[in-house]
Amino acid sequence: MSSAGVVLSVAVAGVTVLGFLAARWGRGNLADLEQWALGGRSFGTVVSWFLLGGDLYTAYTFIAVPALVYGVGALGFFAVPYATISYPIALVVLSRFWGIARRRGYVTAADFVRDRFGDRTLELAIAWTGVAAALPYIALQLVGMRAVFAQFGLLGAGGALPALTIAFVLLAAYTYTSGLRAPALIAFVKDTLIYATVIAALVVIPSRLGGWAHVFATSAARLASRPHPSSIYLAPSQYFTYATMAFGSALSLFIYPHSITSVLAARSREVIRRNAALLPIYSLLLGLLALLGYCALSAGIAPKDASSVVPLLFARYFPSWFTGLADAAIVIGALVPAAIMCIGAANLFASNVFREFSAQRSSVETATAKIVTIAIAAFALLFIFFVPVPYAIDFQLLGGALMLQIFPAFVFGLWTRWFHPKALLAGWASGLIVSCGMAYESGFTSNFTLHAFGASLTGFIALYSLAVNLLISIALTLVLRISGANAGVDRTSAADFA
Amino acid sequence: MHRRGWYLLLLLPFVGTLLPPLYNHARPTLFGMPFFYWYQLGWVLVTAALLGAVVVLTRDRNGV
Repeated sequence: MSSAGVVLSVAVAGVTVLGFLAARWGRGNLADLEQWALGGRSFGTVVSWFLLGGDLYTAYTFIAVPALVYGVGALGFFAVPYATISYPIALVVLSRFWGIARRRGYVTAADFVRDRFGDRTLELAIAWTGVAAALPYIALQLVGMRAVFAQFGLLGAGGALPALTIAFVLLAAYTYTSGLRAPALIAFVKDTLIYATVIAALVVIPSRLGGWAHVFATSAARLASRPHPSSIYLAPSQYFTYATMAFGSALSLFIYPHSITSVLAARSREVIRRNAALLPIYSLLLGLLALLGYCALSAGIAPKDASSVVPLLFARYFPSWFTGLADAAIVIGALVPAAIMCIGAANLFASNVFREFSAQRSSVETATAKIVTIAIAAFALLFIFFVPVPYAIDFQLLGGALMLQIFPAFVFGLWTRWFHPKALLAGWASGLIVSCGMAYESGFTSNFTLHAFGASLTGFIALYSLAVNLLISIALTLVLRISGANAGVDRTSAADFA
Repeated sequence: MHRRGWYLLLLLPFVGTLLPPLYNHARPTLFGMPFFYWYQLGWVLVTAALLGAVVVLTRDRNGV
């Protein structure tokens, strides 16, 4: 085995031990859902910073963003404004949600919607949306891992499959045992490795390629000479696409179940507020990493599969043992968010689909969440074995559009009870239909071109469907209010939000 | 209550980053990077600073 392979194996074995040891951290009773799923809501600023960073900036992100820049040029850089404006939104929305969730014992966003709108169908809609969006996202973490395992020549012989399976079985086992404490502890390892390797890459690779000016110049030339030319600048027709992709993605980032899970594990509102200001450090890292896509172009790397761009770049410029560290960063960087996503989706199932209306949580609910975690991990593994990767990406894009459809009920619901629950449900359903329709029409890309009045406007599908969702929600609320329809019970009070 | 006004500062990153015609240029370059790239990376830092300021300025007096 190469020294890279040794480093990678040791790292994966090490974090597995950490994952099991995490059960002893903080001495919580792990039969209690808040202990297992939210680490006892006890994490301070530093633990939360690593956990949220490890959760939001996934291995897939670190593989896919440079690959996108490599593939389409400037448009792929939308991840940077996206990762910038996410945090003002997070500060305002999450500090309010954290407060009421702590006071009323919520574990999921759907818990809040049930309490606020008193509508079981709406609660289920919110819960299933989260589960549906989480599944392909977990599967994509496996794509990141597979890109690494492929470096060892394992993929061609089908050998990456046992490696993937072993890594994922271990993940399911320690997540089952330790709950959220496992990824929280492993996140320290993940982020240390990610920072070390990315900073080394940014110091070494651009200068070996003759400096940034040369990297951009050669990239521009290579992009322009492709069969489908693109550019290191946006075309005017891409302005709207770029802005809507950044804005729509930013709106949906923190309503994903894995984000909610990590946020609710914070000890205090101040922890969330501080992290809104500290997490952009990861965004800077992501932005610089995106530019490695141009380094790969400049270096003449031409993989069959774009997701191999970053691993190949590391393999070319670093000694084998260091490549092993970078590979470990990617694999562990996939395991952390995958574990949190499994927990987040399992919480939705246990707390909102399985549970009857009840203020009391029971150990049965925790047992359900733990078993569902394993089922979800297994499903994601099968998904990636039987569904071709491009389809997995399509599903993830579609999942993002679906996720955004809970925005009116969840986020606006934090400030107003004006909306009628049935109107929100109808809005959600229309958003879903529009998302699927537009995705189908556009051949499962993330953007759809609207033609109206002789002009055409290409924008982010998730945002178009959110607009339809909102229109329907507002119009139907007006109709239902005028007709005096029963708007359901609101169990929250103004004091809960304080 | 007037302290809530500080939150309006958080609108600046949206204006700064969501209007690509403002920054879709090559010059001026910085360390060989076209303006398009370093301008947007710069907004990451500016936004973090604005968030830090808002978090401090709107903190509850009891510190929680």
